[in-house]
Amino acid sequence: MAKTRYAPDRGLTARMTLTMFVLGLVFVAFVTVLVLVLSATHAVGSGGIVFFAVLLALILGVGSLFYSDKIALSAAQAQVVTPQDGPQAARLHGIVDRLCALANMPKPRLAIAPSPMLNAFATGRNSKTAVLVATTGLLNNPDLTDQELEAILAHELSHVAHKDVVVMTVASFLGIIAGLLVRFAFYGELFGGGGGRGNNNNNGGALPVIFIVMIVGIVTYAVSFLLIRLLSRYRELAADRSGALLTGQPSALASALQKVSGSMSRIPTKDLRSAEPLNAFYFVPAFKAGGKEVQLSNIFSTHPTLERRLRQLSEISEQLNKQV
Amino acid sequence: MGFLDTLLGRTKPAQPNLDQLFELPTAAITLEAGMNLVPTGTGSVCFRAAEGKAFSDIESDVRELLGMGSGTASVEVTKDSYGFTWLTCQHSKDDFEALVTDLHAVNSSLADGGFGPQLLCTLVSFKDDKGSKLGIVYLYKRGTFYPFAPTTGQQRDNALELQVRGQVGADLKIEPDLTRWFAVWGAPGL
Repeated sequence: MAKTRYAPDRGLTARMTLTMFVLGLVFVAFVTVLVLVLSATHAVGSGGIVFFAVLLALILGVGSLFYSDKIALSAAQAQVVTPQDGPQAARLHGIVDRLCALANMPKPRLAIAPSPMLNAFATGRNSKTAVLVATTGLLNNPDLTDQELEAILAHELSHVAHKDVVVMTVASFLGIIAGLLVRFAFYGELFGGGGGRGNNNNNGGALPVIFIVMIVGIVTYAVSFLLIRLLSRYRELAADRSGALLTGQPSALASALQKVSGSMSRIPTKDLRSAEPLNAFYFVPAFKAGGKEVQLSNIFSTHPTLERRLRQLSEISEQLNKQV
Repeated sequence: MGFLDTLLGRTKPAQPNLDQLFELPTAAITLEAGMNLVPTGTGSVCFRAAEGKAFSDIESDVRELLGMGSGTASVEVTKDSYGFTWLTCQHSKDDFEALVTDLHAVNSSLADGGFGPQLLCTLVSFKDDKGSKLGIVYLYKRGTFYPFAPTTGQQRDNALELQVRGQVGADLKIEPDLTRWFAVWGAPGL
């Protein structure tokens, strides 16, 4: 057996497993409550609403999985590049070539997005459709050393290796259903389509059913939203970890994180808002929902705090220096 | 990588395959007989240096080991523009096996120190009398070889590379996925 300095972070693995388990549990509870409510009240009309919500959520989920690369590329106005497309593209390809050979993973397509922001993201559901996008701001920045750029790209390659697009889409599925259900139930109530066509007795009972479905939907949506954000933060930590171990330079990633997160706050707001939909896959989120001083905002964040990420990286640095 | 490792986001660093390297001398004979390509006596190991004292200690040990070895060998250390380190060994042209042994000493030292995942590739160079240059690159993580023939500028002689693939296909495990035949422009010793 080959000697290794790799030590798995069992704590992180356990927390991630627990998060996914609870998310699944919420899903099961949600379905059970819905079935109980609907069968107890014989509200067949409301069953149709549930069916349509699930169907639409499935279409949305599968659609975003299959078109994630195209949607993200066009949202960021990124162009897929070959090594022959100029010195920037050649450099990007050179770095990723080496990282993929080190990691023994298939090379994703590479794209460059014209944006002054210092950022990179990865998308695509599998190794064939995976695209790694870097902004021109990131590639042109004179403050960022080659080692730091490499560290950022290694982090993004880890997202590809961990299939984070698929994992997060599947995890978001529950939230989408619950959100749609609330909306359907709301409009159903508004336009009186809830279950009216039966006899008079049934007509009176339909409104409370819609109401219960709405409450259940809202609660499920809120809980799953928090769990998905938590899962996203764990997966960022996992990508930091794998990326740092890949290059063997956790400190380069740490300094890159500091530089990139410092520059994000100086960018004009217009760019930031137009970049918002892609946030979950960015290296550092371009948009902050709450102020830094509010601790509560951390639980809504897609990314862990800078301090948390730096702490993990210094642990890895120590680990690389230990005797084996 | 298993399904669970993907799901839990815990990719393990890939370990190198060191054994295939000793197939090189046979391939060198085939190349000389079939295509008149002879070894130049130069070979190099490319790795990504990890930060910290543990790695730099092993690195200096390796340099010392190679320097003390056979009298004819000379060792050179270069850092390329991508931040990778190349240890280049120069032997006499006839002693190809000694070169391969030296290269193996480098990678086994790194692997024994727990830094096997830092190994990127190893390269031995060949040339013919018409001035064509060829590098045989070994990918540690794949355990496969591929030919790399740079011409002028950043151009590759793909015809020569494919010809070499046909020639040594029986001796070496050639990388079947052509997208992994990545270019190593300006590799030391080529």
